[in-house]
Amino acid sequence: MDGEVTLPAPGQVAILGAVQTRYEAGKPHQTYNELVHEVVDQLLTETGVALKEIQSIVSASQDFFDGRTISGMAINEVAGGYLNSESKVAGDGIQALIYGAARILAGAYDLTLVVAHCKESEGQFHQITSTMFDPYVERPLGLDEHIAAALQARRFLGVSGAAEADLAAVSRKNHRHAMKNPLARRSGDFSIEEILASAEIVSPLRDLLAGPITDGACAILLGSPERARASRRPVSWIAGMGSSTDAYWTGRDLAASAALAQAAERAFAAAGIRKPLDDLRVVELSARYAHEELLYLDALGLGNGAAAKARLATGDFDLGGKLPVNPSGGALTGNPTCVAGLARVAEIHLQLTAAAGQHQVKDARTGLAHGASGICGQSQTVVVLRGDAPQRT
Amino acid sequence: MSEKTKNPAAGKKAEGLRVPWLLSVEYEYAAGHFATRFFQELRDNGRIWGVRCPGCQRVYIPPRPVCGICAGKTGEWVEVGDEGVIVGCTVVNVPFIDPMTGEQRPIPYGFAIIRLDGASTALYHFLEETDPKKLGVGKRVKAVFRPERKGTLLDIKHFRLLD
Repeated sequence: MDGEVTLPAPGQVAILGAVQTRYEAGKPHQTYNELVHEVVDQLLTETGVALKEIQSIVSASQDFFDGRTISGMAINEVAGGYLNSESKVAGDGIQALIYGAARILAGAYDLTLVVAHCKESEGQFHQITSTMFDPYVERPLGLDEHIAAALQARRFLGVSGAAEADLAAVSRKNHRHAMKNPLARRSGDFSIEEILASAEIVSPLRDLLAGPITDGACAILLGSPERARASRRPVSWIAGMGSSTDAYWTGRDLAASAALAQAAERAFAAAGIRKPLDDLRVVELSARYAHEELLYLDALGLGNGAAAKARLATGDFDLGGKLPVNPSGGALTGNPTCVAGLARVAEIHLQLTAAAGQHQVKDARTGLAHGASGICGQSQTVVVLRGDAPQRT
Repeated sequence: MSEKTKNPAAGKKAEGLRVPWLLSVEYEYAAGHFATRFFQELRDNGRIWGVRCPGCQRVYIPPRPVCGICAGKTGEWVEVGDEGVIVGCTVVNVPFIDPMTGEQRPIPYGFAIIRLDGASTALYHFLEETDPKKLGVGKRVKAVFRPERKGTLLDIKHFRLLD
């Protein structure tokens, strides 16, 4: 990692609270600023912080899904942005979290509100995601996010030796986990056969191998160490962060993720993680498609020499296993674009503060939250979090 | 310069190809808690309602969940007048497809930012008058409601000059 600044040292930025909406197929009774208001208002109630105390806000939203440019301005009032410093990330919410953490590390602010929202139900998924692709040689052929993911899935199956049944095993685990998460959009005890018989979207992707259209929001309050010490509730700490952007999707091997390996290396170095499989206790991955979970586990080194599918088969990644992966159910069970990565951080925070309820991982002290954005996960982000004190679970 | 490296376009007028792209995306926005009541009052009663901030007492039109200035929740619903004053205005001569109907709006038409009596914030709407010489900041206007109303902002047809 030549010439790279590895920051932060443990304990410099705390997460004071994290709130998510229920994830739903649609939220016809809320505008998106009302959606953001719901999570911000609940976050302020839980943390005991007043909106006027917050002078720094980083939001994440996608103008095309919102159907308006400068989509951060539509939520400015409810996020406390009036005559304060608000900035928008047009990517995954986990990138907004890193931006927000940098504002605190710089000493500029002692609190930063990070909020992500999306109502995928209000626009049209195919038309909107088709605009990710270049208009010269890709869009004329009718690409969208599902089709690119399907091409990647087929490539991954061919290279890794994983079978469609292995993708179904990921889906089965996550949908079972989601049964214990009251915020989850889709859950159920589906058999491998049921999953492989669900409607085919784009071969080999099927309905239960791809995250559904979802509306939701997530808000996280970041604080300085002084703010963390004054908190009346348990906090968690950002122990390491790393991001990396890969080559454009047509210029790299879609069956691997060098960017995720590099992002993890940076975050692990800062957090002092040497053996991720032993040092981490819980992992939340942004994998909207089942094959992405296996691909990302391999890139993180959590296959421990074997392919991740082998560990999956032994139950290591189940809630109650050696290293639970997506105990919330994860993005495959329904988290919208932009929100998915921030929701991963929120979930790890809940785990480390023993507030995850029925999907709580026992003795969770160190966890990994992952975010991805771009075509076939071109941009990758890893955040390692630590709990404040031994948990009483 | 050898034949192989010679630019074949040298001396010719550069050709700049273009790639046409037609993009059509339909949206159906939830009006939400606040705008739903606002539109219901327009549709059912031909009245304009806002919300008052319990802190600074400002009345917000259209209604919204939070007063940005006080960084606090808004409170009670209050009716404001159907008359107000022009804060800013213009006459539009550019043809424009109405996104709610897909039809072209006839030109010219008047536009104004209007502060209704009893409101602290302004509403943006059409003006009946299209002669820029007759319009001006500070002039009073009154809302003209359509007889058939659908629960959208266009239930107000336009604002008419009173002076």
